[in-house]
Amino acid sequence: MSDLALASVIKRFGDVAVLHGIDLEVHDGEMVVFVGPSGCGKSTLLRIIAGLEKASEGDILLDGRRVNDISAADRGLAMVFQSYALYPHMSVRQNLAFGLENSRMPRREVRQQIEEVARMLRIEPLLDRKPRQLSGGQRQRVAIGRAIVRRPGIFLLDEPLSNLDAELRVVMRSELAALHKRLQATMIYVTHDQVEAMTLADRIVVLKDGRIEQVGTPLELYNHPDNAFVAGFIGSPRMNFLEGRVAGVGGASVAVVLGPDDATRLDIPLDADDHGVRVDDRVSIGIRPHEIVLTEETGYPVTAEQVEQLGNETIVHTRAEDDTALLICLDGQHPIGEGDRLGLDLAHASLHLFDPQGCRLGGQVKAGRGVRPATEAAS
Amino acid sequence: MGAVRRFVLRRRGGDRWHWTDVVAWTWLVLGLILMLGPAIWLTLSSFKTRSALNEFPPTLLPLTTETRMVEGYEEPLELYRVTLEDGEERVLAQVRRVGIVAQMVDPDDPGERIDVPIAAREPVRTTELATENYTEPLERFAFLTFFYNSVFVTVMATVITLIVNSMAAFALSKYQFRGRGTVLIFILATLMVPLPVILVPIYVVINYLNLFDSLWGVILPTVATPTGVFLLRQYMLTIPDELIEAARMDKASEWKIYWRIILPLTAPALAVLAIFSVMWRWNDFLWPLVVLSQRELYTLQVGLNAFAGELNVQWHYVLAMTVLTMLPVVIIFVFLQRFITSGVASTGMK
Repeated sequence: MSDLALASVIKRFGDVAVLHGIDLEVHDGEMVVFVGPSGCGKSTLLRIIAGLEKASEGDILLDGRRVNDISAADRGLAMVFQSYALYPHMSVRQNLAFGLENSRMPRREVRQQIEEVARMLRIEPLLDRKPRQLSGGQRQRVAIGRAIVRRPGIFLLDEPLSNLDAELRVVMRSELAALHKRLQATMIYVTHDQVEAMTLADRIVVLKDGRIEQVGTPLELYNHPDNAFVAGFIGSPRMNFLEGRVAGVGGASVAVVLGPDDATRLDIPLDADDHGVRVDDRVSIGIRPHEIVLTEETGYPVTAEQVEQLGNETIVHTRAEDDTALLICLDGQHPIGEGDRLGLDLAHASLHLFDPQGCRLGGQVKAGRGVRPATEAAS
Repeated sequence: MGAVRRFVLRRRGGDRWHWTDVVAWTWLVLGLILMLGPAIWLTLSSFKTRSALNEFPPTLLPLTTETRMVEGYEEPLELYRVTLEDGEERVLAQVRRVGIVAQMVDPDDPGERIDVPIAAREPVRTTELATENYTEPLERFAFLTFFYNSVFVTVMATVITLIVNSMAAFALSKYQFRGRGTVLIFILATLMVPLPVILVPIYVVINYLNLFDSLWGVILPTVATPTGVFLLRQYMLTIPDELIEAARMDKASEWKIYWRIILPLTAPALAVLAIFSVMWRWNDFLWPLVVLSQRELYTLQVGLNAFAGELNVQWHYVLAMTVLTMLPVVIIFVFLQRFITSGVASTGMK
């Protein structure tokens, strides 16, 4: 298995720069997931690593060796395409054998490898069928098998689950995770689905507009997002952002007021001087929907617009007095109706503070529903 | 058969005749007669004897006069139906014809000779296929050689055409390089140049390469067809690029990608081009005529032409050989049509 290092990789199509200086290290045996909205450059980055596109600037290093000028065939990588790209005129066996035959492996070895992989992926009965006679999940397993059989240094997977139906996707996700553990392979996985990223990754790389926004383990990204984009992208349903104003600065924390008449006050641990925060600065506060609870006492006032009863939880779409939309997910079943006025307790939720440009200022991860922070206070 | 019959006999008006049914059927039948008529006429006429071909009005089926061996005569005598002066109709055998009087005998009673004016007799005719029209040229003349030459030229030209055109099409469809569009336009532009214009220059080149009067001189100038390149390129454009990328990741060399991935997937278009190529090469007359001068190297088309002049247009031989010339193309077409209609390459992708 190989490790990968990207140093200041820039990619231009004509005059348009699609990737702006990507620096990344992928360690041996890791599963790294590139995640981001459409058009952020994650597939382009994957193709550059594979060798199917050339980087305009920067270095790609495999096991310390610069491979920019080495063709895709000779980098020792294998790719699973979004549309599987199985050779339609060949049987499954021939599909699996093609790469090995090109490496001039003796025929007996080829046969052994194919049978081993077929057993691992449970596609033995399909070996003599053509791709058009397979279902979507079976084709995907053949595509993965074709990659495995070549014993590559790194597996590259380009949105492999996006063509499957929802139920199959869940099944294949756990199969992929098991496969990763079994093969102990370095895998780079591209997806736009943050749930896949959270469940599969050892580390996640969040990309936006050709730039890396943050790299970290799933929980690091969830609990300590570096900016508002990552905070909003990771976690489902999406984090709520409320506008507030700094009311007081002192010592190790700042006081932020929000809501009508600045009625709600939140204290957030933050060294104001470190971040140049002053009184009356406008800030955004990020709060996750699952961490907001209703309170009988005076809480942040909202009006319920839409209530979704899921059985195990209740999702309420609310609107604040300043027209901000707030989503809350409450445990269990609550008899809330449309138009009800609700009070929200924000103080016990994990809070994330962002400046108007979206950069993280500080925050506090609190123990609460579903959150068990490593440390009490964080920044 | 029941399904076919139902399909062919269906009518818009259901059980009754709608006017569109009448028009459609008239159109179809007329078209059938127009298209198939000459071919059927050709085939039937090719089985007529030489004298039968000269008859007017012509008969549809190949007919010959019946003959019978009559006692006392060495050769079989032709039978005629004769109306005698007393109005009686009898079948008599003709011994000889002298002027306007035919000397005839009763085939059962050959002793008596009866003189009958030729106007009163009518030949007894049956359908008989004069297959010697086919066998004689093949035995006595070099038609088998011409046939082999045609087959050689057609097969070699088709194989080389398929390979060369598919390579060009692959490059023009799947590779990005500067000037790609210009090259394509150039190739297509040559379609506008008529053959007589480039006939002499190519002839000069052939001469220079010492390919004059050889079958390769007939084959080689014709293999690079712009139509073929364009047809295959358009088809190859529909092959997903991801297949080629997957092959590259599978360590396939460019040749491997061409030979094992692209070509098998282009099979339907290759079949179409093969049919075209067979038709063009088999029926090609002008170019072989210009290049070949040895009679042993003549292709069928040129051979037929020389045949006609040399032998004072022995029509029965010409017709027979024309049918033979027509047959291979028809057979190839019927055989390869299956590939065109069997559908586009189904992909391994969703």
